[in-house]
Amino acid sequence: MLEVNGLVKRFGGFTAVNNVSFKVDEGEILGLIGPNGSGKSTIFNMLSGTLAPTSGSILFAGHEIAGLAPHRIINSGIGRTFQIPRPFRRLTIFENVALAGFYGQGRHSRARAEEAAERSLAMVGLPTDRHASVDGLGAAGLKKLELAKALATAPKLLLADESLGGLDEAEMDQAADMLRNIRDELGITIIWVEHIMGVLMRVVDRVMVLDHGEKISEGLPSAVAGDPRVIEVYLGTDAETTQAAAAEARRRAGG
Amino acid sequence: MMGQGRLAAWGIGLAALVALPFVYRDPYHLHILVLILIWSFAYTSWSMMGRFGLVSLGHGGFMGIGAYVTALLWNHLGLSPWIGIPISMVAAGALALIVGYPCFRFRITGHYFVLVTLALSGIVLQVITATRDYTGGSLGLTPDRASGNKLLALQFDDKTTWYLIALAVWLFGIVVWHWVDRSMARYALEAISEDEDAAAAAGVDVTAEKLKITLLSALMTALAGAIYCQYQMFITPDTVSGIAVSLQMVFAAIVGGLFVSLGPTVGAIITILLAETLRIGFGTKAVGWDNLVYGVLLVLFIIFLPKGILGSLLDRLKPQRKVPRAHEQEAVQIARPGA
Repeated sequence: MLEVNGLVKRFGGFTAVNNVSFKVDEGEILGLIGPNGSGKSTIFNMLSGTLAPTSGSILFAGHEIAGLAPHRIINSGIGRTFQIPRPFRRLTIFENVALAGFYGQGRHSRARAEEAAERSLAMVGLPTDRHASVDGLGAAGLKKLELAKALATAPKLLLADESLGGLDEAEMDQAADMLRNIRDELGITIIWVEHIMGVLMRVVDRVMVLDHGEKISEGLPSAVAGDPRVIEVYLGTDAETTQAAAAEARRRAGG
Repeated sequence: MMGQGRLAAWGIGLAALVALPFVYRDPYHLHILVLILIWSFAYTSWSMMGRFGLVSLGHGGFMGIGAYVTALLWNHLGLSPWIGIPISMVAAGALALIVGYPCFRFRITGHYFVLVTLALSGIVLQVITATRDYTGGSLGLTPDRASGNKLLALQFDDKTTWYLIALAVWLFGIVVWHWVDRSMARYALEAISEDEDAAAAAGVDVTAEKLKITLLSALMTALAGAIYCQYQMFITPDTVSGIAVSLQMVFAAIVGGLFVSLGPTVGAIITILLAETLRIGFGTKAVGWDNLVYGVLLVLFIIFLPKGILGSLLDRLKPQRKVPRAHEQEAVQIARPGA
């Protein structure tokens, strides 16, 4: 479904993403992890068109999308959320999602956009009331709204950017389950970028680990969690908790 | 969307406005009303962009093009304003696209966008002044009096006709305002004004949406300029173009209220009555005083009444408006783009 080859992004003399290649199969949830500044968000921004790659190719459903304008990529079937929720506060919750339903699906009709908005809001568990204001939402609600906006664009591939930061444990589990439901019920392929390893490992099919813009490991959650390079560069920052997380991940992944 | 009561109020108000010149014929008062209607239309045209944070100081340029192109085509080529006005609108629209596209494509927003449009205003003014052999320069230009068909030349002597024309044009502006307000484009433009990347991630073609509203606004402003020219039968670079005219649009729209359809109209009533009062009360001694008052009022409004007079009044009357989409912060942001 998605095939990335030799992706490079340089900002001046700094190489944020260096020759990264990977594939995502249809119906899969791929976890993308790595320490701060490892290039996860840069890859996301290139996949969604916010940044143009310096070089490399991104094939989505057989078409080259590297360097296309964001709205064209969204219309081709890729939806994204932002690490920090970016709601439109001058619009109501419903209007936020209806906007994405209208423009994200190639501007068909208002009726279709509103239908998509109702479905997406129900899916993430937000009220479908048309007048509810964004100001009434807390951290968890804003993340749900972010997800509803992405879903309303009817994506085949969803890029979920660190969607759990700032949530408590129960909310995290809930959110992780929601991503899995989205895949199971809507058949949407997902790439999930996340800091919090334990929850991610429970839900994803495969994990890719980045460090300093390079791919250092890839595979089943159980295998990756045991990879010494991963433990060193990513988990090594806080050995005790992350060892525990790795063990937990292995246990949950059945490794 | 629009309630029965509101629709009825609009109907009654309009009927009264149409009936007015047949009942009340004082030419001076009608003249003031025509001016208010034409400028209201111009301010409404400006606010189509302004309400979405696209603060243009280039609209004096569009208005000048509307007025001058129409008058020049008539005087030099004998082209009827019925053809000249569309041509002038196309010219203003083309200029809007030429200036707008690079701005929007390369993300020139906020203060920088204001500066680019400010330059546009200045350039149009300079061109009009520099080509004085055709335009009359700063001395102004008078469209030639029609010898034959008045309708063809769009020149009428009686105020009632002009009042009705101005009323129709003004109403057209209000209808377009509501049309945009109720369209999906409003969602997109509100989103763009808050966060362009997030809007793009929702699938919005940011450049195209901004260009569309800019084009619409420029076309309407040029029409306002042409109508003004046909009515006054005398234009100077300072009255229909340039930075002063652009600033006046910003002032009137903010004072009246940017986020309500009749806000710019209220702004026009205030600015024109203020200018007339100063003119009659103080004569030539007060030349330019209105600009001083505008400046002081603008500062006071941005600080104390950012939604403008009508916007604040409506809020007061209806304390529980269903969607508070005009936050105070919004207006301040428009007054200080990029802040």
